Amino acid sequence: MKELFPAKQVNGFVFSLVLTVIAISVYFVDMSYEIGLTILLVTAFIQAGVQLIIFMHAGESKDKGSIYTSLFYAIFIALVTIFGSLLAMVWGYM
Amino acid sequence: MEFFERFAVPHPSPLIYASMVAIGLTVLAIIFGITYFKKWGYLWKEWLTTVDHKRIGIMYMISALLMLFRGGADAVMMRLQTSVPDNTFLEAQHYNEVFTTHGVVMIIFMAMAFIIGLMNFVVPLQIGARDVAFPRLNALSFWLYFAGAMLFNISFVIGGSPDAGWTNYYPLASNDFSTSVGVNYYNWALQISGLGTLMTGINFIVTIIKMRAPGMKLMKMPMFTWSALITNAIIVFAFPVLTIALIMGTLDRQFGTSLFTSTSGGMDMQWANLFWIWGHPEVYILILPAFGVYSQIISTFSGRNLYGYKSMVGSMVIISLMSFLVWAHHFFTMGHDAFTNSIFSITTMAIAVPTGIKIFNWLLTMWKGKIRFTVPMLYSVAFIPLFTIGGVTGVMLGVASADFQYHNTMFLVAHFHNVIIPGVVFAMLAGMTYWWPKMFGFMLNEKIGKWAFWFVSIGFCFSFFPMYITGLDGQARRMYTYSESTGFGPLNMLSFFGAGVMAIGFIIIVYNVLYSIKNSPRNIGDDPWDARSLEWATQTPVQEYNFAITPEVESSDAYWDHKKKGYQLFKGNIEKIHMPNNSGLPIIMAGIMLVFAFSFVFYIWAGVIVAAIAFLACLIYRSFEKDDGHYIPVSEIKETENKNGGAN
Repeated sequence: MKELFPAKQVNGFVFSLVLTVIAISVYFVDMSYEIGLTILLVTAFIQAGVQLIIFMHAGESKDKGSIYTSLFYAIFIALVTIFGSLLAMVWGYM
Repeated sequence: MEFFERFAVPHPSPLIYASMVAIGLTVLAIIFGITYFKKWGYLWKEWLTTVDHKRIGIMYMISALLMLFRGGADAVMMRLQTSVPDNTFLEAQHYNEVFTTHGVVMIIFMAMAFIIGLMNFVVPLQIGARDVAFPRLNALSFWLYFAGAMLFNISFVIGGSPDAGWTNYYPLASNDFSTSVGVNYYNWALQISGLGTLMTGINFIVTIIKMRAPGMKLMKMPMFTWSALITNAIIVFAFPVLTIALIMGTLDRQFGTSLFTSTSGGMDMQWANLFWIWGHPEVYILILPAFGVYSQIISTFSGRNLYGYKSMVGSMVIISLMSFLVWAHHFFTMGHDAFTNSIFSITTMAIAVPTGIKIFNWLLTMWKGKIRFTVPMLYSVAFIPLFTIGGVTGVMLGVASADFQYHNTMFLVAHFHNVIIPGVVFAMLAGMTYWWPKMFGFMLNEKIGKWAFWFVSIGFCFSFFPMYITGLDGQARRMYTYSESTGFGPLNMLSFFGAGVMAIGFIIIVYNVLYSIKNSPRNIGDDPWDARSLEWATQTPVQEYNFAITPEVESSDAYWDHKKKGYQLFKGNIEKIHMPNNSGLPIIMAGIMLVFAFSFVFYIWAGVIVAAIAFLACLIYRSFEKDDGHYIPVSEIKETENKNGGAN
């Protein structure tokens, strides 16, 4: 029975629902803009990770290496682009 | 008649009318010629609908050469205009249009097409594959690029060319300051060809990751294939930024938003920011394949394996990441604080390190080698010192505080031509000469080729080195004329002389092609250069299926090992080969896209809607189309192999 029950997927499903509820709570619970945005960002990244690893089987094929490489590459470039733009256009702009 | 008034050129001059006539006559001549020789069927069946990576590569390169001459004509016009003080050959507006189209044509439609063309032809052969991963997508990539190039080129005679520089900075590029449809053309031509490039990027990553011959581990790939892999990774990450920036520009110009305006909450410099987030990786997209070409050629003609293979790969990976860290050095003078400029200044200087590693690797590959000075090798050897000068002046520009002096002067113009011409253009000429026998079954004449080389490289030095001096003396770039008292006259005249010498060099190359078609011997065998990597293990000319038997590989110089160490490349038996079918859909879709974009440029909404529906219909048709490709039977393969001498 244990082998047949997809514990990983069910747990992942529950976890992603929890993450969704936390994200929605930002709208209903009264909190400051900064805290709300932080919660949204953190839950969004965890959610993306859960989806990729558990439901899109990122680590289960022999392409694992290329999938994770491109993922980290993408995250690196996204962060560099966003924070670099903020630096160039807002923070470091006199 | 009111409808047609919008197509009028806003700043007509005899030169534009002359080119209208010239374009019209050329088109008529081509149509007449093809009809007269009854080649329409051949053209459609063998070329326009082909999905063969080799033919697509050749079509890319032909288009790139055409664009080289278009952009080159612009360049000579600019040098002529500035050759003497207070010249009146071009007026200010016309000069703006010429330098804008020169930049866009050379970068997007010449250099990009040339590197993608070489990748198309060479990469599947080097990794022992039969085609790219998605052959039909590959054809669509080419035709979208071609549609973009054509759209951009007709702007010259219909509606007016873009005139805000190839960087197209806002607010200059906004409706307030660029009143013609020129910048609309810019947005849509780059958008279409950019989509094609993005598809190429995905296509080649999948091809290289998934379709290598058995035994070819990643670290056993030939260096050109490595450079192609890295380049395409940069393409996939950089081009979406351009796509978005162009859409934002289109929204501003055609739908009245205020994203790049200096009032109403817009940020005009945000365009510069987005443009260079794409634009700086773009220069590495151009230069990395060139590095790959040089690596192959230097190793072949030194008779040695490439020195420092792992450090070559490592430095390219580092370059690919760092190319996304330096973009703000293009606008140091925008008004950043010292901290921000320092960060981008340091990353800019740091990226010179991996490039330097590569330079030393090439030098050490040649060290104690038995060097054969063929035409491709001449370009590669000349590349090393010339490119290094360009690199060093680049580091000078990277010093933020000093950049306030260099910014927007001819010094900058000299710098980037000094990296792009010996870097990319020399590599493309070298690569074209090197792989020419594989493409067409005969070699280009060496003697004429060497003449061309000396003309191009000496012309280059005369053309661009004076600009360093005038730049330091304060000549601004994009200035259509200057007074005699500035003293820029003599050096600019020297520059014009150099441009003329270069132009002669390119004419000699054309002559060389014609001469060699007529006179070169055809019995050159499969490996005329005594080369090292797998593409030379195919027959000349390369068959549709590339390799009758899939090769098995144990090193990056597989073919060399085959020749020198008796390593067996083709171990299996001939089996039937599965190949993709030709399709007319890509060229039709690109044609529809051309109509779509042209209508969009001129706000002809009916045309936009009809083309959009037609394009969607093509997508739907493709989704339901059953196309399983075809098999080439064993008997047919054996027949072709025997007829051509047999590769194994």
